[in-house]
Amino acid sequence: MVFEPKILGFLCNWCSYAGADLAGVSRIQYPTNVRVIRVMCSGRVDPVFIAEAFMNGIDGVLVLGCHLGDCHYINGNYEAELKMKMLSKTLSMINFSDRVRLDWVSAAEGARFAQIVSDFTEHIRKLGPSPVKNKKVKKEIIDNLNAVKFALCDTRLRALVARQRELTTDGNVYGEIIPTEEFEEILDNAIENEIIRHKILEKIKNKGKSVPDIAKEIEIEPHKVLRHIVTLRARGLVDVDQINEEIPTFISIKEV
Amino acid sequence: MSDDDIRIGVFVCHCGTNIGGVLDISELTEYSKTLPNVVYSADNLYTCSEVGLSEIRENIKEHDLNRVIVASCSPRTHEPLFRSTCQEAGLNPYLFEMVNIRDQDSWVHMKEPEKGTEKAKDLIRMGVYKAALLESLEKMQVGVIPSAIVIGGGIAGMNAALNLANQNFKVSLIEKDSELGGLLRHLNKVYPTNEDASIILETRNLVENHKKIDLYKSAVIEKIEGYVGNFKVIILQNKKTLEIEAGAIIVATGAKALSPEGYYNYNGKTIISQLELEGILKENKINTNNITMIQCVGCRNEERKYCSNICCMTALKNAILIKEQNPDANVNIIFRDIQTQGVTYEEYYRRAREMGILFIKYLPEKPPIIKKDRIEVYNEFMNQVIGIPYDLVVLSMPLIANEDSEQLAKMLKVPLEENNFFLEAHVKLRPVDFATDGIFVCGSAHWPADISESISQSNAAASRASTIISKEMLEVEGSTAEVNTDLCVGCEACIKICPYSAISKDEETDTVVVNKVVCKGCGVCGASCPHNAITIHHFTSDQIIAEIVTYGGGE
Ligand code: SF4
Ligand code: SF4
Ligand code: FES
Repeated sequence: MVFEPKILGFLCNWCSYAGADLAGVSRIQYPTNVRVIRVMCSGRVDPVFIAEAFMNGIDGVLVLGCHLGDCHYINGNYEAELKMKMLSKTLSMINFSDRVRLDWVSAAEGARFAQIVSDFTEHIRKLGPSPVKNKKVKKEIIDNLNAVKFALCDTRLRALVARQRELTTDGNVYGEIIPTEEFEEILDNAIENEIIRHKILEKIKNKGKSVPDIAKEIEIEPHKVLRHIVTLRARGLVDVDQINEEIPTFISIKEV
Repeated sequence: MSDDDIRIGVFVCHCGTNIGGVLDISELTEYSKTLPNVVYSADNLYTCSEVGLSEIRENIKEHDLNRVIVASCSPRTHEPLFRSTCQEAGLNPYLFEMVNIRDQDSWVHMKEPEKGTEKAKDLIRMGVYKAALLESLEKMQVGVIPSAIVIGGGIAGMNAALNLANQNFKVSLIEKDSELGGLLRHLNKVYPTNEDASIILETRNLVENHKKIDLYKSAVIEKIEGYVGNFKVIILQNKKTLEIEAGAIIVATGAKALSPEGYYNYNGKTIISQLELEGILKENKINTNNITMIQCVGCRNEERKYCSNICCMTALKNAILIKEQNPDANVNIIFRDIQTQGVTYEEYYRRAREMGILFIKYLPEKPPIIKKDRIEVYNEFMNQVIGIPYDLVVLSMPLIANEDSEQLAKMLKVPLEENNFFLEAHVKLRPVDFATDGIFVCGSAHWPADISESISQSNAAASRASTIISKEMLEVEGSTAEVNTDLCVGCEACIKICPYSAISKDEETDTVVVNKVVCKGCGVCGASCPHNAITIHHFTSDQIIAEIVTYGGGE
């Protein structure tokens, strides 16, 4: 049997959803795989929604908005673009970024909408079913997606993305503008850190472990692990479990 | 409300054969009955017909439905109709949800009816899960102050004020100078008619004597508060603070000419600006014989990329006037490109040529050089430098934004473009609107505009403003953003993100508040808030996630 991917589409009300309607009015036929959630603007799509979709076994997600410059709300799609860039950086760490696509469809582009859906469906068909559905690796994949969600929910990371346009174009409170490359680097680091921190939390969920032990388990240098532990302690997510012969073990103290 | 209280009715539409000819409607109707909280499900031949609508109304009553779903065409076309049907039956219109199984299903999967029916099942199920989480919302009504404020008393501002005052609206016209008229005051004649600027300046008398116009001259704007329908502008005039209220604001602050100081050995005597030439011509005393004008001084360059729009016609006008005074004068225009768009302006240009005015093109990388007794300019066509003797050189300076436009933009919370001119909501579709409702722009505040452009734009802005202040009440969408003050930490990220400046800081609680009247419910702030403190009503995260989960987890 051919694999029929489950595809979710987020369509903004004003352009892409209207474009999808136009495909209907023009009777342009396309694969049946996509289910649409209408939002008012592509900028409404919280990256967390997409992590949620993958955790629920959806094979691919399309986010479609108005063309840049045409957003009904002026610049919502620029915000969407920044959010999706961040999301795709995060997903690429667990090999999932191929399963999301952001694109633009105007209200007059029924044919383009149908084409995008056809291409994306074909693309996901080639990629194969989401590994979430594979019993053997399911646990590991869900753990990974949880790490992604953890990162996407992190307030610092979210604040960074929310302020990206401001920081890279208008400048911070001191009027300093951060060059885009520099910003990307900050973002990359923040994402990587959050993913690692989540991994650490997973390892010390039920049992206290020492820094060297954690370092071995997640294959990261001990001094880096220690830095993350310090951060997680400051956030109130980790505490000292025991101290054995002057070596402390740490344990996660909050469900994340 | 506990789950038991949710009573969903699902109406599946055949749309004649549009849907019914492809999808299995009875299967969809039966399937709907199996979904949680669905207490009633039926199919209609045409749900949007009077028969269909009254079925919805009756069944809301009979089955005590508190959520209604119609699976049919597109919410973009039919949601308003079904919403008001629900309302007629006493159900809050926001408790209605529409599922698109025609435009995005039966019409696009005509050859795959089974798969299309499966898709429709998923879509209906997603709709049902979302519907269970829908909340009643109220459309708010806000009163409108039936008057307008016009900022700037140049030709654009005066004309906008007159337009509205003649429609019987009260208008407050705020001018920073002690006199009305703006740049027009310094002009001699106006193109393309070459009539005296003073004739157009007579608008001033109409404005000054209009019963409906309150004039505030020599007034400085201190603060602007409020939102569409209810603005408050605080001004300082004669050391007195005054408060003016209005339902709409028109920005007509104009522009100013770039100072010629420092360009082409400007000296104010033999090398002057076009504006200074206007002054001289007003007194009617040009008695030199060799006059050369240089175009595009200080613009269309790296620093100022734009074309100032009015300089070509102004140079033509003054060249023609000089030629008329003194047909023997040698008048040259050294230009980069002559822009005289439209029939009348092009005719004007031809007239200038016919009068013997000489046009010499220069290249931006080889601008003319003013020597003691002649101007040297490289001519591409002749491939050589030519020398032009002169008595008077006239520099065409561009109009530039006023220095205070930045401050005003901040107070109005509207954007400026890179040259500090005011930026409209959409360059093509909404040329005199700002994104922020109730604020409009016209004349050179927006872009260098000549008089006829200023007048048409000011009429446009006035008529846009009157669409607001002619209403007693404005109805505001119920599906807006709301801040959960328990979660908000006051980081203000959302304030910068909202394209409509709908969010502001509440200094007392150190959190933020959304102005429901201004919010358009785009949801961008909700997706951005680092602390998830913003609920986007009618598109809440819970509702969207319910749709995602049931699609993913469904069979
Ligand atoms: S972004 Fe969120 S936390 Fe920050 S001020 Fe706005 S609502 Fe509050
Ligand atoms: S929903 Fe959109 S318009 Fe409303 S406050 Fe948020 S960003 Fe502004
Ligand atoms: S409304 Fe379409 S992307 Fe914003």
